[in-house]
Amino acid sequence: MEYISQIAFLLVLAVATYFITKRVGTIKNNIQLGRDTDRSDQKGRRWKNTFLIAFGQKKMFKKFIPAFLHLLIYAGFLIINLEVLEFIIDGIAGTHRIFAPILGSTYYSAAINIFEFLAVAVLFSCVVFLIRRNVIRVNRFKALKGWPWLDANLILIIEIVLMIAILTMNATDQLLQGRDDHYVQTGAFFFSGFLIPLFENMSVGTLIFIERFAWWFHIIGILGFTIYITYSKHLHIFMAFPNTYFARLGPKGRMNNMEDVTTEVKSMLGIDTGATNGEPPAEVARLGAKDATDLTWADLMGAYSCTECGRCTAECPANITGKKLSPRKIMMDTRDRISEIGENIKKGKTAEEGSPLFSEQYITDEEINACTSCNACVEACPININPLDIILQRRRFMAMEESSSPQSWNSMFQNIETNFAPWKFPPSDRFNWANKLNEEK
Amino acid sequence: MSDISYKVPTMQEMSAKGESPEVLFWVGCAGSFDDRYKAVTVAFTKILNKVGINFAVLGPEESCTGDPARRAGNEFLFQMQAMSNIQVLDGYNVKKIVTACPHCFNTLKNEYPELGGNYEVIHHSTFLQQLINDGKITLKGGGEFKGKKITFHDSCYLGRANGVYEAPRDVIRALDAELVEMKRCKTKGLCCGAGGAQMFKDAEPGTKEVNVERTEEALNTGAEVIAAGCPFCMTMMSDGVKNKEKENSVKVFDLAELIAKSEGL
Repeated sequence: MEYISQIAFLLVLAVATYFITKRVGTIKNNIQLGRDTDRSDQKGRRWKNTFLIAFGQKKMFKKFIPAFLHLLIYAGFLIINLEVLEFIIDGIAGTHRIFAPILGSTYYSAAINIFEFLAVAVLFSCVVFLIRRNVIRVNRFKALKGWPWLDANLILIIEIVLMIAILTMNATDQLLQGRDDHYVQTGAFFFSGFLIPLFENMSVGTLIFIERFAWWFHIIGILGFTIYITYSKHLHIFMAFPNTYFARLGPKGRMNNMEDVTTEVKSMLGIDTGATNGEPPAEVARLGAKDATDLTWADLMGAYSCTECGRCTAECPANITGKKLSPRKIMMDTRDRISEIGENIKKGKTAEEGSPLFSEQYITDEEINACTSCNACVEACPININPLDIILQRRRFMAMEESSSPQSWNSMFQNIETNFAPWKFPPSDRFNWANKLNEEK
Repeated sequence: MSDISYKVPTMQEMSAKGESPEVLFWVGCAGSFDDRYKAVTVAFTKILNKVGINFAVLGPEESCTGDPARRAGNEFLFQMQAMSNIQVLDGYNVKKIVTACPHCFNTLKNEYPELGGNYEVIHHSTFLQQLINDGKITLKGGGEFKGKKITFHDSCYLGRANGVYEAPRDVIRALDAELVEMKRCKTKGLCCGAGGAQMFKDAEPGTKEVNVERTEEALNTGAEVIAAGCPFCMTMMSDGVKNKEKENSVKVFDLAELIAKSEGL
């Protein structure tokens, strides 16, 4: 009988590990459905970005209040998880607060007091975030409806509940320390101490039940939350790091060169590439993007990293002036579609089943055409996601595969082709401005 | 005025004489064809003459960099343009390029190298900043903009795209003018609405034009001059000022025009 809780714990841990591993595999496979792009250069700069932007949250601090509250939750997440290590060892070994005798009561109570401070800070921040979303209704959250709305609120509520569980567990534990020799003496805990009056009239049996219930609730809650995160926008807590590492470097204004096109243009212009030996080039892949699988794996990784904060959309000139384009929606739709394609493949259907990413169902041409390529969204993203790259890849498909660019753009193309300027002026007039140079004012 | 005769040598003329200029002035399509921006081209050329820079232009041999085609998705057309431009530039052995258009600047600087065109490319704001720093442009006692409120509208392709924020501001400071910033400036600067080939089509349906939104912000600073460093921003901001019926009290000028006017050129 005495091993029953350890067996139960191992079972819970095994089931959670199984589901988490499976989900990680699915997401990894989905990201790898994207086209290849080389992000293996400049490792030093990439690590620096990861350290400053992802780990150090540098870009978050453009807006101090949410950045500070976010920092509290982030620090809480990183540090309180040290306590989860104790939970896991206790759970497997059948011990209770195994670190307490190892650290001694001074250090142990200091550690727990720090964790409790962070737990309260997380609780406070989550409450403020709930208020910002649902009462103050910060502008950038208003567009979120349905699942994204529920997801955002659920994350905050789950975190609050998990923190309450920790504090409840510590409060009842402290009472039990005075009433039952089985409980190791840890010294007082400051924050959970405030909860003691709620429990002090209860019997030892009830207290043990509440303490155990809170312990199990917290650990199952954390494991369950981890699985949930893989389905949620909250995945950014892990993806922010690789996404920042693999984000595009170099000037934001540079668009990637299409090598396939270069080969073809060179042969059209009679520039010897030396590669083809006069043979026709190998079959050119689809030009630009029609569906999510035409995007690069870095774009798809961005989609899984997006936590829908909406800083991009709040800065987008098109969105600000009432156009349909929303960079956040570009990322959310990309994630939904690539997940759908991943499911299609898993179920043995063809990958293309369902509506392609660029269709009425997901991202419309009206959204794509509204972009000014101003890079405000790219600049705004706290973890360097690049919605602009997706937009521009779609435009390539529209211009070169579908010929579905706006009519005015087709005229502009024609002007460049015939007059070497986007406007309809004869090239011979190009130097006429110089005639004005010596005219009297 | 008449004591100086301004010259614009072309690369073809120079090369025929066996000469090569220190820098090529890439005029760009707007600088060549847009009536408003031609004045900027003229202003910058006058400055180059005044300072005695050994420069040349391509003249009729210049051609669109391909930027709007690329941003609108037509990679073929972009690369066709780029490669023929590179052939012309390399034919004249061009090493350094200055341009008054951030779109040309971005494309020449960042996108031509991958197609084999490697040049030192600078925007005219940086060029003017260097001339001021080197003491080649000295605005003694300021000029007509002394003490006036000027706000600078960051062009996306100069600012966010290439990180050039201070050069244009240094130019304005050199005028002894009062530089006032809009709330959305530098990395947070709001686009004028014309980038990404929007200049060449109508905006999508919305509640407002981007240039009106931006112009309102510029007008709210109380500036008498909106300074720009981009032909498209120039058009959009000028249209915005007209839309707000402020064209009599608020002027939109390019950085080169501010210098040229202060110098009495």
